[in-house]
Amino acid sequence: MIGYILRRFGAAALVLFAISVLVFLIFFATPGVDPAARIAGKNADPATLEQVRASFGFDRPLPVQYLMMMKHLFVTHDLTSFVNRGTLVIPQIVEAIPVTLSLVVGAAVIWMVLGVAMGTLAGAMRGTLIDPLVMLLGVFGVSLPVYWLGEVVNLLTQKQLHDSVFSWVPPLGYAPLSQGVGQWALHLLLPWLTLALLYAGIYARLLRGELAGALNEDYVRTARAKGLSERRVLLRHALRCSLIPIVSLFGLDFGALVGGAALLTEVVFGLPGVGKLTYQALQNLDLPVIMGTVLYAAFFVVLANAVVDVVYARLDPRVRRA
Amino acid sequence: MSTLLKATDVVKHFRTGGHAVHAVNQVSLEVRSGETLGVVGESGCGKSTLGRCLVRLTDLTSGSVEFQGQDITRLSRRALRPLRPAMQLVFQDPYASLNPRRTAGDAVAEPLRIHGYGDAAAVRNRVAELFDLVGLARAHLDRYPHEFSGGQRQRIGIARAIALDPKLVVADEPVSALDVSVQAQVLNLFADLQEELGLTYVFIAHDLGVVRHVSDRIAVMYLGEVVEVAEAEDLYAAPAHPYTEALLSAVPEIDDGSGTPRRERIVLTGDVPSPIDRPSGCSFHPRCPAAQPRCRTERPPLRQTATRQVACHYPLTP
Amino acid sequence: MPEPLLEVRDLRIRFGRFTAVDGLSFALGPGEVLGVVGESGSGKSVSMLAVLGLIRTPGAHVSGNIVFRGRELLGLKDAEMRSVRGREIAMIFQDPMTALTPVYTVGWQIAEQIRAHEKVSARAARDRAVRLLDEVGIPSPERRVDAYPHEFSGGMRQRAVIAMALSCNPALLIADEPTTALDVTTQAQILDLMRRLRADHGSAIVMITHDMGVVSEIADEVLVMYGGRAVERGARRQVFHTPRHPYTWGLLDSVPRVRGPRARRLPAIPGAPGAAERGCPFADRCAHRFAPCDEAPPLTPTGDPGHLDACWLPEDRRRTR
Repeated sequence: MIGYILRRFGAAALVLFAISVLVFLIFFATPGVDPAARIAGKNADPATLEQVRASFGFDRPLPVQYLMMMKHLFVTHDLTSFVNRGTLVIPQIVEAIPVTLSLVVGAAVIWMVLGVAMGTLAGAMRGTLIDPLVMLLGVFGVSLPVYWLGEVVNLLTQKQLHDSVFSWVPPLGYAPLSQGVGQWALHLLLPWLTLALLYAGIYARLLRGELAGALNEDYVRTARAKGLSERRVLLRHALRCSLIPIVSLFGLDFGALVGGAALLTEVVFGLPGVGKLTYQALQNLDLPVIMGTVLYAAFFVVLANAVVDVVYARLDPRVRRA
Repeated sequence: MSTLLKATDVVKHFRTGGHAVHAVNQVSLEVRSGETLGVVGESGCGKSTLGRCLVRLTDLTSGSVEFQGQDITRLSRRALRPLRPAMQLVFQDPYASLNPRRTAGDAVAEPLRIHGYGDAAAVRNRVAELFDLVGLARAHLDRYPHEFSGGQRQRIGIARAIALDPKLVVADEPVSALDVSVQAQVLNLFADLQEELGLTYVFIAHDLGVVRHVSDRIAVMYLGEVVEVAEAEDLYAAPAHPYTEALLSAVPEIDDGSGTPRRERIVLTGDVPSPIDRPSGCSFHPRCPAAQPRCRTERPPLRQTATRQVACHYPLTP
Repeated sequence: MPEPLLEVRDLRIRFGRFTAVDGLSFALGPGEVLGVVGESGSGKSVSMLAVLGLIRTPGAHVSGNIVFRGRELLGLKDAEMRSVRGREIAMIFQDPMTALTPVYTVGWQIAEQIRAHEKVSARAARDRAVRLLDEVGIPSPERRVDAYPHEFSGGMRQRAVIAMALSCNPALLIADEPTTALDVTTQAQILDLMRRLRADHGSAIVMITHDMGVVSEIADEVLVMYGGRAVERGARRQVFHTPRHPYTWGLLDSVPRVRGPRARRLPAIPGAPGAAERGCPFADRCAHRFAPCDEAPPLTPTGDPGHLDACWLPEDRRRTR
């Protein structure tokens, strides 16, 4: 198992390296484009261009350029945004990380609990009315776009009903944990629910399908023939095996969300997370920031993948040897 | 009888997780024109892989295969193409080898079209003729695979295989997924087609009764190697290799009150070893009831005796 | 005849409008081995699932009597039925590769069954699992008890499944094609094991199979099923030495043997398995069909005590072997 984990993380490091090279090439080695002009931003004066050229070594061979870029990113942390001149890129990202993590972790807990509960209920109650009802609820969650749902929630809680029912809802934005867990959670409650609703619906559907398949498996028939209670057959045998693909999907979704896919939720609820940072950088074509966030996102997606594989091996003894 | 197919020292390795699996290990065989050569063995003995090697559906690791005197071991895909119609395969699960969205008639027409059999009318006529030949109703030409029973699907598979007038048909467990009553029908079809079309069969199966019924000669495989080749009657009357003997004795027999008492059962201990950790010397020695010290160290070659070929230092019959 | 261990009377199983089992009756004495033979769709597996109350398809309808040790099983509450399953009647299935839950060790799964029925400590249940694995011939059971199913070969898995089935000393073991997925030498080992266990534990066995050879080797009594009905029933010698039903003839003739004369063509039964719309279920495929076959023949005693068949053919048209 230890060997497996080491191998897995070694592979992840390799993938990250490949991604950084790829990102670097896309940003700085696309033929016919002057990378200095792209970094310096729109309408930069010749002096700035010259400065950028020198500091990034664009007159030197590509491998050297790559190394210098990585040095700016990871060693000296002095990659600067040229749109908001002088703003360092890395601290911006570091500041945004806890916001995004808070949002995604909280939502993930909610959607996993909700999704597994709904999926199990529907899967176990196939052939009764409960199943289609729960699934309808799931479809409802899946089909509401986050930006729309978020805006409606804001409209109700911040404007229409703010003075009556939702007077307890704080204004939009983020409250760091240093202001107390209560404030932190209160600020994030609605964003959590909004983001979780979509995923809960997807996970419930997926789990129901897995469970329906598992309940037709031979091992479930064996478990019943052993004289186990239906509850035990469902939870210890069918559900346990159905969770394996769910966990792998969860890892991917979690990684993608932390890596910036929670953008819409962050924008709608005014949360200064990584998604919002990327969003702003994209609007201004702030290339250094974009590159920083892309690499950050890649890091989380790859890390989540590696963690998933390790958890997967823990859950499913069959993959441990591979 | 002339030799149609000749395999010499065929070796096929697979690589899995850093291990080389010797699926087929130095197998030499001859298939004569017009005969049925049965290949029998337990799961994992390499019989299916051997079948695929014989018609070059998979590349050999080493060794050679000659078909009608021509070495096909290293022919390119393109060079093999004109030979393909003459060498055909029938698979165990006819359902898996049929496209669910194509009608049975289309499925049978496909090889004809690929190899440029003729215009649409000629293909249509040939397909109808093939349906007659394998005992399918022409009215079912436009049905889809799921509308057929298992036995009928296997008939479709056979019709596809014989569409281009092959010389050799390699059938890999063609009846093992079928009910007993249907199995007999399909076995009869194989016999009838051989008589009418002069086909040569390599018939791969694990069922010893089925193999005995269809085969003129039989090759017994164990752990990727051929351990005995003999005329069907000789093999069943007096097996020479201890593995063949154990295999035959393990078959549950129907006692219908007519026959002599059954053969004494030799229950082999343990499982077939993994082809990754092949035992030294004779691969069968760890399970062989008659193993001698020599068997542990020295691999017995397949050698000719009075009645057969056998790979054993101490064969049970000469 | 002593009181039967299991008596099934007029069992009918319908799935919607489709009748899978149509009036099946048989009895099984303690320690007896009953071979149930038939092709796909004969209803052999589904009727045994019904004995354990394991038919869960929505729209399934089961009627008749299933009396086990004098107690009617059909209609028992689920909790009562659970104390029968695994403890008094155990069942093993065809494919050992998929019969065990892949994510738990073999020992855990055996212990789970023991602890579902008996108040024993986890430690004691595990020790018993080791003993059981040893008894069914798994080498180094102390080590193997902690192995996962995928680490076992097919034959070993079937042994483990049998060990699990025997863990509570059931009076009846229902085995659904337990050797079909196995190689012939492994099959011989498993059949030997089942014979030995029957001698040691005295469990009665229902062996469901399509293989006449397996039945001939292990069964005391034989039940031949076709299209959801019993077409012939009797002691092994009666059914194999003097088969009376044309379907039994067909089954026996169409199996290629490893000894005896070889015919170029096998006497095959025409058509595909499946019951006729009405009348005798085998009528559509029967070479001896005549007018009375439009009505289904009941299973009736023959001149030979204990031998029954369901066929209208007069005595002079029956085959003598």
